[in-house]
Amino acid sequence: MAELQEYWRWTEYSWHHPEMDWRQGKRIAAGIDVGSVSSQALVLVDGEIFAFSNLRTGSNSPDSANNAIKAALKDTGMEIKDLQYTVGTGYGRVNVPFANRAITEIACHARGANFMAGPKVRTVLDMGGQDCKAIHCDERGKVTNFLMNDKCAAGTGRGMEVMADLLSIPIKDIGDLSFQVDKEPQPVSSTCVVFAKSEALGLMRSGWSKNMVLAAYCSAMAHRVSLLLGRIGVEDQFFITGGIAKNPGIVKRLEKELGIQAVQSKYDSQIAGALGAALFGDTLLQKGA
Amino acid sequence: MIKAGIDVGAKTIKVVLMEDRKIRGKGKVLSGFNQEESAKEALEQALKEAGLSREAIGSIVTTGNGRKAISYASGDVTEPRAAALGAVFLYPSARTVIDVGAEEARAIKCDPSGKVLDFAVNEKCAAGSGAFTEAMARALEVPLEELGPLSLRSTQTIPMNAQCTVFAESEVVSLIHSKTQKADIARAVHDGLCSRVVAMVRRVGLDPELVLIGGVAHNPGFVESFKRTVGIDDVRTAEEPEFVSAIGAALAVGK
Repeated sequence: MAELQEYWRWTEYSWHHPEMDWRQGKRIAAGIDVGSVSSQALVLVDGEIFAFSNLRTGSNSPDSANNAIKAALKDTGMEIKDLQYTVGTGYGRVNVPFANRAITEIACHARGANFMAGPKVRTVLDMGGQDCKAIHCDERGKVTNFLMNDKCAAGTGRGMEVMADLLSIPIKDIGDLSFQVDKEPQPVSSTCVVFAKSEALGLMRSGWSKNMVLAAYCSAMAHRVSLLLGRIGVEDQFFITGGIAKNPGIVKRLEKELGIQAVQSKYDSQIAGALGAALFGDTLLQKGA
Repeated sequence: MIKAGIDVGAKTIKVVLMEDRKIRGKGKVLSGFNQEESAKEALEQALKEAGLSREAIGSIVTTGNGRKAISYASGDVTEPRAAALGAVFLYPSARTVIDVGAEEARAIKCDPSGKVLDFAVNEKCAAGSGAFTEAMARALEVPLEELGPLSLRSTQTIPMNAQCTVFAESEVVSLIHSKTQKADIARAVHDGLCSRVVAMVRRVGLDPELVLIGGVAHNPGFVESFKRTVGIDDVRTAEEPEFVSAIGAALAVGK
């Protein structure tokens, strides 16, 4: 039997510092971001990133949190009991069994972005699996204002997964393929992902290539997100977190539409929430929590 | 003279032939790839039912989202106008017409002659149209026509948090996994759709003299939920709700 390929499926992974000896560390803080689509766990040792993981969220938040931290701690010798302070965040933040407290993902993303891209960042766009947030923050990563869309799949990772499935294209390839067109097409006119699906099929029937459809869809999504950002305003510097930050098809089109470049960071864009949560934990440990 | 009305909808094309304000024949065909061809097919169905030939037709007026795609039409009218004309023809006392179709929904306020006074429309979001029930029926793995009857067997009200069709699909799957009764999920689906339709209706004002038209009015679960949501027991549903706008289009000639 032929294996059913699930094109929307992105790869899960974990990483840990190859040299750091965590046993020498004074403070061990963890952040667990249980999102609606993906979950991340991140461990800070004395304020430095020691390990992290990125997994798909299952149907059960406590299990997802456990799996994420186990994946992050794999082969490190560290165990859950070694974590001195754990902060849960994300949509399943109250369901992290080993967490000491829960902090909203808005606060954590801003704090994480501040660490990842520096104190000059004033606008953070978090493009997640089932929602999209535009956040303003100060030089310490403290939230000053935010707006979010969590009602509609248009402009979220889930919307992108739907398109990957429809066109049978692995989700990680979408961004690059969307630039392999002779001419940038008009964006798809439907806002709704369900209608965009029918529109995409119609375009293919009328002779459009898959790459053309991807380009039209990516630019529609970039436009959708730019409207959210437009409502709150984009202040320099601008930084993007979340899974969709890895899709150049959206990021480049969004940058063009906004007329501003997003700050580059050496860190994985999906860890921002868990990193922010762990940073809050680390601060609490320094204060003697 | 025979007047033809063609409603070129997102999912199906409906044709009605009228003579002296009486319905002579009807036809219905899936829109498919080529709306013009499908419309021709639906027209032939209607002619056959009426026992007439193509030459008998004096006028062809189109409506619906593909109303400009039919080259052999003699004219076209907007969807709210066709819906109001058709509804008032069938139910002269109707003052609010609620049209829920496959991909759009509309609330129309009209006067006794079927003139449109005001209207609101949702064409942006699948969650407020028939597409929502279709997607949910797929997620529940029940045929679409059984979704309504299934919801009537519900014994308890459960909340559905997701608005978006895409998110609601995942929510339905988790509800099934957590062993929630399918009937209760089906009821929640209709309640969700109705809350969005009613919010739209309230934008034009809710007149108790209302009539439900459009294909979704066939769904008894939707109608029940609609009654609950607006708090009116006596909600009129057109007998063949999907043909009302085609009737209106046929009647639009000479108006």
